[in-house]
Amino acid sequence: MNHSATAVMDPRHPMPGMQVYNLKLGMWIFLLSEVMFFTSLIGSYIILRFAHPEHWTEPGVILNVSLTAVNTFLLICSSVTMVKAFAAIEQGDQKGLKLWLLATILIGASFVGIQFFEYTKLIHEGFVPNFAAYTAEGANLYGATFYLMTGFHGAHVTIGVLCLSFVLFRAMKGAYTSESYGGVEIIGLYWHFVDLVWIILFTIVYLL
Amino acid sequence: MSTAQLVSSLEKEDRTQPGYTDEGLHELSFIRKYVFSTDHKTIAKQFLFLSLFFLVVGGALAGMMRWQLGFPGQPLPGGGVFPDTMAPGGIILPEFYNSLVTMHGTIMIFFAIMPLLVGVFGNLLIPLQLGAPDMAFPRLNMASFWLAVVAGTVMMASFLVEGGAAGAGWTSYAPLSTSGEWTGVYLGQQLWLVSLIIMGASSLTGAVNYITTVINMRAPGMTWFRIPLPTWSLFITAILILLAIPILTGGLIMLLFDQLIGTTFFIPAGSGEPLLWQHIFWFFGHPEVYILILPAMGIVSEVLSCRARKPIFGYHAMVLAMVSIAFLGWVVWGHHMFQSGMNPMLGTSFMISTVVIAVPSAIKTFNWLGTLWRGDIHFDTPMLHALSFVSMFIIGGLSGIFMAAPAVDIYLHDTYFIVAHLHYVLFGGSLFGIFAGITFWFPKMFGRMMGEGLGKVHFWLTFIFYNLVFFPMHNLGIQGMMRRLYDPNEYEFLQPLQEMSTFISISAFLLVGTQSLFAFNFFWSMFRGRQAPANPWNSNTLEWTVPSPPPHGNFAVMPTVYRGPYEYSSPEVDADFYPQDRPPPGAGPGGQAAPEPTPGPAPTPEPVAGD
Amino acid sequence: MNWSWMMPETVSTYGPAIDQLYYVILVITGVVFFLTEGALIAFLVMYRHKEGRKAAYIHGSTKAEVVWTVVPFLIVMAIALASKSSWDLVKNPANFPADAMRLVVTAKQFEWNVTYPGADGRIGTADDFTVRNQLHIPVNRAVRVNLRAEDVIHSFFLPEFRLKQDAIPGREIPVWFEATRTGEFTLGCAELCGLGHYRMKGTVYVHTEADFQSWAASRAEEQQQ
Repeated sequence: MNHSATAVMDPRHPMPGMQVYNLKLGMWIFLLSEVMFFTSLIGSYIILRFAHPEHWTEPGVILNVSLTAVNTFLLICSSVTMVKAFAAIEQGDQKGLKLWLLATILIGASFVGIQFFEYTKLIHEGFVPNFAAYTAEGANLYGATFYLMTGFHGAHVTIGVLCLSFVLFRAMKGAYTSESYGGVEIIGLYWHFVDLVWIILFTIVYLL
Repeated sequence: MSTAQLVSSLEKEDRTQPGYTDEGLHELSFIRKYVFSTDHKTIAKQFLFLSLFFLVVGGALAGMMRWQLGFPGQPLPGGGVFPDTMAPGGIILPEFYNSLVTMHGTIMIFFAIMPLLVGVFGNLLIPLQLGAPDMAFPRLNMASFWLAVVAGTVMMASFLVEGGAAGAGWTSYAPLSTSGEWTGVYLGQQLWLVSLIIMGASSLTGAVNYITTVINMRAPGMTWFRIPLPTWSLFITAILILLAIPILTGGLIMLLFDQLIGTTFFIPAGSGEPLLWQHIFWFFGHPEVYILILPAMGIVSEVLSCRARKPIFGYHAMVLAMVSIAFLGWVVWGHHMFQSGMNPMLGTSFMISTVVIAVPSAIKTFNWLGTLWRGDIHFDTPMLHALSFVSMFIIGGLSGIFMAAPAVDIYLHDTYFIVAHLHYVLFGGSLFGIFAGITFWFPKMFGRMMGEGLGKVHFWLTFIFYNLVFFPMHNLGIQGMMRRLYDPNEYEFLQPLQEMSTFISISAFLLVGTQSLFAFNFFWSMFRGRQAPANPWNSNTLEWTVPSPPPHGNFAVMPTVYRGPYEYSSPEVDADFYPQDRPPPGAGPGGQAAPEPTPGPAPTPEPVAGD
Repeated sequence: MNWSWMMPETVSTYGPAIDQLYYVILVITGVVFFLTEGALIAFLVMYRHKEGRKAAYIHGSTKAEVVWTVVPFLIVMAIALASKSSWDLVKNPANFPADAMRLVVTAKQFEWNVTYPGADGRIGTADDFTVRNQLHIPVNRAVRVNLRAEDVIHSFFLPEFRLKQDAIPGREIPVWFEATRTGEFTLGCAELCGLGHYRMKGTVYVHTEADFQSWAASRAEEQQQ
């Protein structure tokens, strides 16, 4: 390809030699920082748990593992529906895109709903992050790290659901085509990342 | 901004996406042009004014601190304006002194040096040096600036709340920082945390933008090893910011929860781990140290090569040294914690990694000297600042070797020796690098030359007073004076050092006062300076091929790059510079070999300022 | 004004080794300082701009760059290794003298409380006694101090002994030192610990063995009453 130096520079024209479009590259880079953010939370959890194992109980004593296992399965399903939505628009299938996006949103929202239900129940049972409430049992680090990690993950899912809803709104207006589907692709990347983080969190918070 | 708007604006960000619109094609209202601008050059200037404001604030805080240290217990001139909770009758209280120490460090690091290097030069130089029309995400760029404004406002507001501003040091070690019970500062400490979380978001959005731009928006021919060193350094800095800031954000959130909702992550009374905070803080903090110096190294490399009219010595080694710093910077954080009670074996391994990271800095220093060797050195103001960077960085680097030896660090840790060391790197290094950058690129930013005579006076006075302030601090440290003491005279063995403290304080006032020359020169030149040509320094990089200041969209024609950025005094051309976009002799305008070799158009030298 | 780069007097057994290391680094960095700054100034004079001068067209020299990578690496490695033995001697509990006298120092805002074992020689029994902001020790006998903190982080700093160690709440950190002469020395706090940080200080009294025993006996007696 001959990059003619005399061609007028069109700001809308992608720079030559670009491998990945900006938005997608930017999302990948942003997700790297998200990895580091969750690393700081998970790393702190590991250090605190090794220093004070007496604060933790056996898996399943306080936390409801089976309910969360169902929730984990739901989130994995939503990654599948997200893949389906992306595959649909790649083929130019507008109806498929909308349907699969809607499915992803509904499953994502139910994940948040179940987590909210779980939190309410746990707090009702007295499992709170607050130190003062725990001086007797000495399990406050368990509660604090639990809410910290699952809470920030839940916030990520919530933001994902809101963004997906907006993508669906744009899809209804026909904003995406088989040539141009950047919004669908980057929200998909984000969604899969959030899903992956959950699988790690589920393992270390509920199962270990 | 709602999430929907955020996604919508994100989608419109990408020029390759259908939602993208470009505002440069039509006239913009005043607000869109100067306030909510998406032009990277305007955002660079906005960051410049914001961070220079905070530089003044940080300097004023330092001045008050030095008053107390130079003239302990005497009323601060004009100190009557402070309420009795800070300085009754102008006499600074210990709790106010702790706030001054904390806020001086915080503001200088997060709101002055970091935005000056990354916000100003990252925005200004990355697109221009790469030959790009703008950043990859112009609106995200604007968001980055306004987040910094919000963060700065919150930080400044903390002075006004009950209990005053944060007073647990810029490192805010837990558990001192976890409760007002220990410091008397409640809301101020929380605002400190909130402000830094917001500032982190600002830095992150900037970093995503810079990295994407460098990877994706290079002009044809701008291969990785033709990228000018300032842009290389900013690219590596952006990667460090991207990976380090979220770690700090995680820690800040946990500390905020300890304060607000009764968690005990860092509070030993609830089985929390105070050292966990230190590990998080310094795991972020050491990459942060390099965030604060790498861009200055890039700027200085550019100025040295250009004003010595000689190719940078060892371009590849310069890049590789920065890359290795970016890797090694992650495994040295423990050297800030030698005396914190960590396992002594762990201390030894941090000592080894620490001395290894000294090597890339040594390589860079020798390469700068190599660049000057057999050069044709022009002593303009930017060059003076750049040379002063090199000589001060040598001192800062050498004094670091003392603390890298943990046995010697036992004595020197938390003394004025550390204060001297960090200021030789941050002021002698970063700030002289910033002055070099501002004076060098001022014509590109504002279209006018900066006053050269006043610039030189400012340089020499700053250089002299700076050394009078910070060099004696080494001696104070060796005599054992601890940092962050409200009144060292409490200790009998420190009383003989009061004379030196007073000397340092007077020098510090003169140093601060000297900066008014810079401020005057800056604003005077902005409106009254000589009109700047496109390339006043006869430089090779792409930003000098467009008018000063460059128009929206930067390049009328997409430039093609034929060579590296430091081809000064090349035998191929008569002039002593050879711009990156100048076609080589025997090449047609399209970059293809012409049928008959014709002599290449030699660049026309333009008058050089200050000669 | 004291522009000296000499370390002040040291009175601990390991102090001279640390000072020696400091002087070795001072000489090495001093030589490097004068060589590099000298080269810088010489280049600025020799290669200042003159009409008609054109800079040499040199992009670097692999040989030179290898030299100035390897030489600093060897120098700093040598310094690090030289530092290791002193560091281990001061900070590694495995190397602490086994027969050291044992004390507990508890730091809190803004005072140092020194607990002595009393007549039975054991800490944590009824005859323990505590003195505030005074650390009395015998000369020529190793002292092992277990550092505690009640509220925030403090730093136990004995400048003349070349010892500094943070005291962390929730932990007990051992340090040791041995005085080589009698006299009064400084105990200071080196970590910002709140608004009274600057006045959190104490005095180290180094006695002869006999003086120390009589001081301890009189203190223990006071404790009984």
